[in-house]
Amino acid sequence: MNGETAPALVLTTPRSWGEIVAERVFQLFAAISILTAVGIVVVLFGESIAFFEAVSLGDFFGDTQWTPLFADAHFGIWPLLCGTFLTTVIAITVALPLGVLAAIYLSEYASPRARAWLKPSLELLAGVPTVVYGYFALAVVTPALQGVIPGLSGSNALSAGLVMGLMILPIIASISEDAIYAVPGSLREGAAALGGTRVRTIWRVVLPSASSGITAAVILGVSRAIGETMIVAIAAGLEPRMTLDPREPVETMTAYIVQVSLGDTPAGSLAYQTIFAVGLVLFLITLGFNVLSHRLRRRLRAGRT
Amino acid sequence: MLFVPSANIGDRALRAVGLIAVILPLAALVVLIGSTIAQGAGRLDSEFLSGLPSRKAELAGIGPALAGTGMLMVLTACLAIPAGVGAALWLEEYARPGRFMGLVELTIATLAGVPSIIYALLALEVFVRVMGMGRSILAGAATLALLILPMIVMASREALRAVPLHLREASFALGGDRWMTLRKIVLPMAMPGVLTGIILGLARAIGETAPLITIGALTYVAFVPDSLSSAFTALPIQIFNWISRPQAGFHVAAAAAILVLLAVMLAMNGLAIWLRSRLQRRIQT
Repeated sequence: MNGETAPALVLTTPRSWGEIVAERVFQLFAAISILTAVGIVVVLFGESIAFFEAVSLGDFFGDTQWTPLFADAHFGIWPLLCGTFLTTVIAITVALPLGVLAAIYLSEYASPRARAWLKPSLELLAGVPTVVYGYFALAVVTPALQGVIPGLSGSNALSAGLVMGLMILPIIASISEDAIYAVPGSLREGAAALGGTRVRTIWRVVLPSASSGITAAVILGVSRAIGETMIVAIAAGLEPRMTLDPREPVETMTAYIVQVSLGDTPAGSLAYQTIFAVGLVLFLITLGFNVLSHRLRRRLRAGRT
Repeated sequence: MLFVPSANIGDRALRAVGLIAVILPLAALVVLIGSTIAQGAGRLDSEFLSGLPSRKAELAGIGPALAGTGMLMVLTACLAIPAGVGAALWLEEYARPGRFMGLVELTIATLAGVPSIIYALLALEVFVRVMGMGRSILAGAATLALLILPMIVMASREALRAVPLHLREASFALGGDRWMTLRKIVLPMAMPGVLTGIILGLARAIGETAPLITIGALTYVAFVPDSLSSAFTALPIQIFNWISRPQAGFHVAAAAAILVLLAVMLAMNGLAIWLRSRLQRRIQT
């Protein structure tokens, strides 16, 4: 990250008062992001520590029931992790092949004019508010699927996952395309000189060279899917359960936080603290994926120059 | 690519599958918009736009939600624009590479990937509780401003970087100081790019639902917010509320409200695209 942006000029002229004040004010604004990051860590850990004074880590990661709002309270996070895992896997199953194929088409086949139209159109998909996707999953996709899959319940992991796949597809397509675009032309020419057809060149030379960029794209897509909230809160149901059956309702970590927020939960109560404990787990997982993706992309950029 | 080897069957197949992979998601988008229009277009009239929410689905309107969203956007813009553009100015024009600058860049890159629901937990604890803002429109706007800050900073930096260095040098050579150079030369040149980033950021904020629900924005509000500490509702919250109800009539109302939300977002995105094309033309000349 360093060295990308060297300061434009070093001035030696005398600096006025306004100049110094302006610089300090701008620096203060820049510091907001540091404060925000510190704030997130302090708040999540602070409330989670209070939570883990009441509930042991062993219960949190050992129990397989999540019923913190019931009289018979259990605090095992596995059902929520399971719901998040299931919807994310479905989303990636949709978005990975479609996103990579779309990237291949846009970078290798589409004419510049078609590309200029298709790329922004695909990016529209990333701009649709997630509450709208939630409506789409619940009111359009689920009824359509119920005609095909008997026994599909009104809220289910399948339609939420499918629609989530639609949401993350542009991210995967866009970053994969950058990676494919960055493959040096000499590699393609070499493959062609050896008598490789275009398909073989793409399959055996271009995609392997772009693989770290494509991996970074997928990891970023996974991270988005894990953190996505409204689609799953609306269409996947609010029932925490340990199942990998996509036809059943599940509850994700994010949907649980929304569910508790909808009720009247007094601050300081154990139920209030649970959303921060769940939030901490969510934060650490997405942070891990984001750091991994960032590293891969940086390696890609470093390799290009 | 320049070389054109003979197109064999595999080549045609990959081209066809690739084209399907592009068309399929776009077709899904068309179905999404088409089915929403089919459901909701009939409800769109002036009474719906100005009406109050109601227990009867046929009478329910989005007046307070629309007003809430409008006020929320103005407040969010007031908070996020100075902070975002200011931070970008500092990073591009003042900062010297070092620990502090590295830390700022690292946190901005990290925050851009944090799920919005995590921002909501921060806001719930800090804005709503510790700072005592309660479940007010100010707390909502502050949350959304934090959420879109990384977007605005990154877009503004890119716009500032695109302003050629020699223009700054010319200004300094004429005796301009840094602040004057920024105000008179750099910012006006970078403005279309900065504005594009701001509009795209606000277009994202306008559709954000989860953070507002989590900080506890009320879903039944039959009035237009009249102060910063007033309770509020917003379009996405109203949509979520209507979707969650079992009656079909509310789903129709939700579809109509979605059309309004999408229309506003589309207009904002169109504006951003127009500004971007203007920027490219100006930098080229």
